[in-house]
Amino acid sequence: MSKLVPLPSPGMVPERDVDKTPVLETRRLGITFGGLKAVEDFNLTIGRTEIAGLIGPNGAGKTTVFNLLTKVYQPTHGTILLDGRDTAGMNTVQVNKAGIARTFQNIRLFSALSVEDNVKIGLHNEIKCSMWEDIFRLPRHWKSEKVAHERALELLSIFHMEDMAAAQAGSLPYGAQRRLEIVRALATNPSILLLDEPAAGMNPSETAELMENIRKIRDTFQIAILLIEHDMNLVMGICEGICVLNYGRVIAKGEPEQIKNDPTVIEAYLGKRGAK
Amino acid sequence: MKKLTKNARSNAVTYAIVIAFYVVMQVLSGSGHLSNSLTGQLIPICVYICLAISLNLTVGILGELSLGHAGFMSVGAFTGIVVAMSLQSSVASGPVRLVLAMLAGGLLATVVGVIVGVPVLRLRGDYLAIVTLAFGEIIKNIINNLYVAFDASGLHVRMLRPITASELTDGFLIINGPQGASGVTKLSTFTAGFLLILFTLFVVLNLVQSRSGRAIMALRDNRIAAESVGINITKYKLMAFVVSAALAGMAGALYAMNFTTIAAKKFDFNTSILVLVFVVLGGMGNIRGSIIAAAVLYVLPELLRAMNDYRMLIYAVVLIVVMLATNNPVLKAFLARVRDGFTGLFRRKSPTPEGGDGDE
Repeated sequence: MSKLVPLPSPGMVPERDVDKTPVLETRRLGITFGGLKAVEDFNLTIGRTEIAGLIGPNGAGKTTVFNLLTKVYQPTHGTILLDGRDTAGMNTVQVNKAGIARTFQNIRLFSALSVEDNVKIGLHNEIKCSMWEDIFRLPRHWKSEKVAHERALELLSIFHMEDMAAAQAGSLPYGAQRRLEIVRALATNPSILLLDEPAAGMNPSETAELMENIRKIRDTFQIAILLIEHDMNLVMGICEGICVLNYGRVIAKGEPEQIKNDPTVIEAYLGKRGAK
Repeated sequence: MKKLTKNARSNAVTYAIVIAFYVVMQVLSGSGHLSNSLTGQLIPICVYICLAISLNLTVGILGELSLGHAGFMSVGAFTGIVVAMSLQSSVASGPVRLVLAMLAGGLLATVVGVIVGVPVLRLRGDYLAIVTLAFGEIIKNIINNLYVAFDASGLHVRMLRPITASELTDGFLIINGPQGASGVTKLSTFTAGFLLILFTLFVVLNLVQSRSGRAIMALRDNRIAAESVGINITKYKLMAFVVSAALAGMAGALYAMNFTTIAAKKFDFNTSILVLVFVVLGGMGNIRGSIIAAAVLYVLPELLRAMNDYRMLIYAVVLIVVMLATNNPVLKAFLARVRDGFTGLFRRKSPTPEGGDGDE
């Protein structure tokens, strides 16, 4: 883990990423639903190969931030820069093509389809083949199907799931479904991966394995990872930078050690008396 | 690789069923074992099988309820008639005219599919069903008020006001408003119907088992997740809807060319529902099921003709029983056991107790 260092523009990234354009940068990002400010003044900078954490009590607005970044909700305030490019006016599909992939808190697999097909759907924009080539089984169909099949198995092998390729996605155990969602997201070849509670429902040994795999993904694909997680062992164990949200606002940012000892964070989680 | 072969095997069985159906019917009718009424049903059966397969693409694979399938059939039917009758003097060969008519029918149904699909597919669920239903009725009423004639100077097309014989020089009426088309040369053959089924199957199965098909099923299973992996919702919805419309148009042309007279009122809401019943009872997204359901349920009223007064009652009871049976867990488990028994029988060569069940 390298130390966080401040950039010329506001924000901090790990030392090794300091000379590169941050993969993601938000400036005063916010959204209001009616009169409710669900997220307000959200500033975050993530380095090219950083593993970052987004934590906070229930209802703090963490998933809303993900939905803003992926344009499931259109932000009412602020800007999102992806590789230094403004994503204003983009929709979910365009943002994905531009390099953001995500998983969901409540698993959203294509549960009637096979594990392999789920990954192949993730590879949709990575393989090129028109409807006509598919219908009339022209050479490019066979070529692209072969590439998709090989890529899918290769991606599944990250989590040792090649054997399950033919199984129906909805029939997998819970932990495997979560892993499959990560594989599917990775298949879209993102530059930043957003993981919404990847360890939810996993036992301690599965969680430990997941931590290893998240690191492995970052190292092999050289991408950034932003994760929402309630499991503090995981967050403190792998995140280089952590951002704490409460009531839609950032209350603390920094390295795990700083966050652990930050009185406002402890107060947000445990209340005033807990902080003392 | 295993998955691929599984798909291929399942496809082979489906094609084999269709080919077997064709061969058996040819043999039966050749040896005179088929009643006249049933022989007359052969082409409509083929048409309804094609319609059921194509509607399954919208309802089962895309997961959107469309109640206007007869509308596309109607567009194809009347386009086909106009093309076939206009070419009567210039193209001598009947089969060639039939193919041209079906292609033209499919093409115009494609155009109408795009025109209808672009606004309609913004809706979801019940709203989409209602709008497609309205679309079917609109098509019916447009054709009810459409007059088309052909003479030395070419095609005459007019809405609302009938074309009289005195306006034509050495020509004939093709579509005469609510009376529809009459004097159509019967071009459809059972073989053409069989080939159209094979073509429809080829298009639908290949589309479904490909990159595009996976995208279509992805947005059926989970729209938000599909968007999150970069799948263009509108494009793939429209693709499924339009391919389905085009195939219905081709089937409509084949259907129209089977009768000497045909009017727009044949392609009403009831026809759409009939096809939907085939799809639902055959199993949503199950192409083979659609074929079997369409064939069986279409001939059933005919076979029950002997029980004249009760036949619609029996038909309704069959529909209800099929629906209950296919949703019954006990029966499903039984069928699965039978199937396992059968495969076990072939693999181990020693019948298990379940295998015994399977034989009965």
